[in-house]
Amino acid sequence: MREMIKMIVVLTVLSVFSGGLLAAVRNGTKDKIENQQLQFVKGPAINAILEGASNNPISDRFKLKDAESERSFFVGVFNGEANAVAFESFGKGFGGELGVMIGVNTKDDKIIGVGITTHSETPGVGSRAKSDPSFAAQFKGVSLTGEFKVKSDGGQVDAVSGATLTSRGVSVALTDAGQIYKRLKPQLTEKLKSFTK
Amino acid sequence: MAKTIVQEFTKGLWDEIPPFRLVLGLCPTLAVTKTVENGIGMGVAFTFVLVCSNILVSALRKVIPPKVRIACFIIIIATFVTVVELLMQAYTYPLFLKLGIFIPLIVVNCIVLGRAEAFASKKGIAASFVDAMGMGIGFTLSLIALGSLREIIGSGTFTLGSMSGAVLSKFGIGTLSFWETPMQVFGPSFQPFQFMIEAPGAFVCLGLMLCIMNLFKK
Repeated sequence: MREMIKMIVVLTVLSVFSGGLLAAVRNGTKDKIENQQLQFVKGPAINAILEGASNNPISDRFKLKDAESERSFFVGVFNGEANAVAFESFGKGFGGELGVMIGVNTKDDKIIGVGITTHSETPGVGSRAKSDPSFAAQFKGVSLTGEFKVKSDGGQVDAVSGATLTSRGVSVALTDAGQIYKRLKPQLTEKLKSFTK
Repeated sequence: MAKTIVQEFTKGLWDEIPPFRLVLGLCPTLAVTKTVENGIGMGVAFTFVLVCSNILVSALRKVIPPKVRIACFIIIIATFVTVVELLMQAYTYPLFLKLGIFIPLIVVNCIVLGRAEAFASKKGIAASFVDAMGMGIGFTLSLIALGSLREIIGSGTFTLGSMSGAVLSKFGIGTLSFWETPMQVFGPSFQPFQFMIEAPGAFVCLGLMLCIMNLFKK
């Protein structure tokens, strides 16, 4: 009996210690890890979209509450005016979740650029949505507020050949992004004012 | 036969050098040594886990009931592995992406559990620390040796990587960007021997190195 109690006590104390240590380390490294992920995973897409911005979009970011979740927005300053934001939206591709980074001009609501951040599409087929610049280029200058649909669904988006599902996922993400943008626009323009120098 | 502290340290560097002499922990060894950089990263992470877990296991060796000792060891090891994982994500993110699943897999690495069971649970803290340092450094050196051989022959380059590059440039040896860029060992006409980068090449390398080690022993 005594041995049993000892086993329980030792295992409990060890687990408590382990949990405490991990929580402390996690708390200490949380911000750093977020920064690193932004820099190495989303960074390339953000920098490509907001190319030519005079600031660093990754460090000039802010968060806004949108219904239940929090969203990060990356600010682009052009000609001394903060009039561009990039943010991420998600759709369902062929292989799973598809992350799309969308840059939008807050003056005329037009898309500046689109880039895929995370995906698990078939290499060489669906993955061309990320690697082929002509797919992303078609969205440039299109108004974000409308609905996006692949041509075979009666829309205007030119699908990547052989990857309709992937293109559909991107379209869903873009339509979603339009909704988010419409909802948060008042707050967004308010926030952006503080970045204009 | 009791060994001195120095002997406990040096045995990990040659007599019982992992993975060559112990032939334990081969899975990460063969999988990550495609480049020198990966080898160093894996070795350092491994050494940290081994040292921390050995010290803690040795400190608690009289408290841990024998019946649940393996469970206790695994809790301790898993904790430190997760700590390493978080730290690597925070400070060396690209390296973390390259090593991927093999960092969490240190939890089930036979060498770590083996040292806890066979050494730290029986010996004092100082001896356990020295043993872990010896084993860890031995393991790191083995990975560097394997990684160099495979990278030089398999892709014709030698990359120390950003982690060790940052340390070296702090001491004024070269610059960070110099160590980060792959150095071309052979001329441009060199055809990389792709086989060495693949898994069978890792086995061949390991076998050849073990053979050379045995030759020296005789």
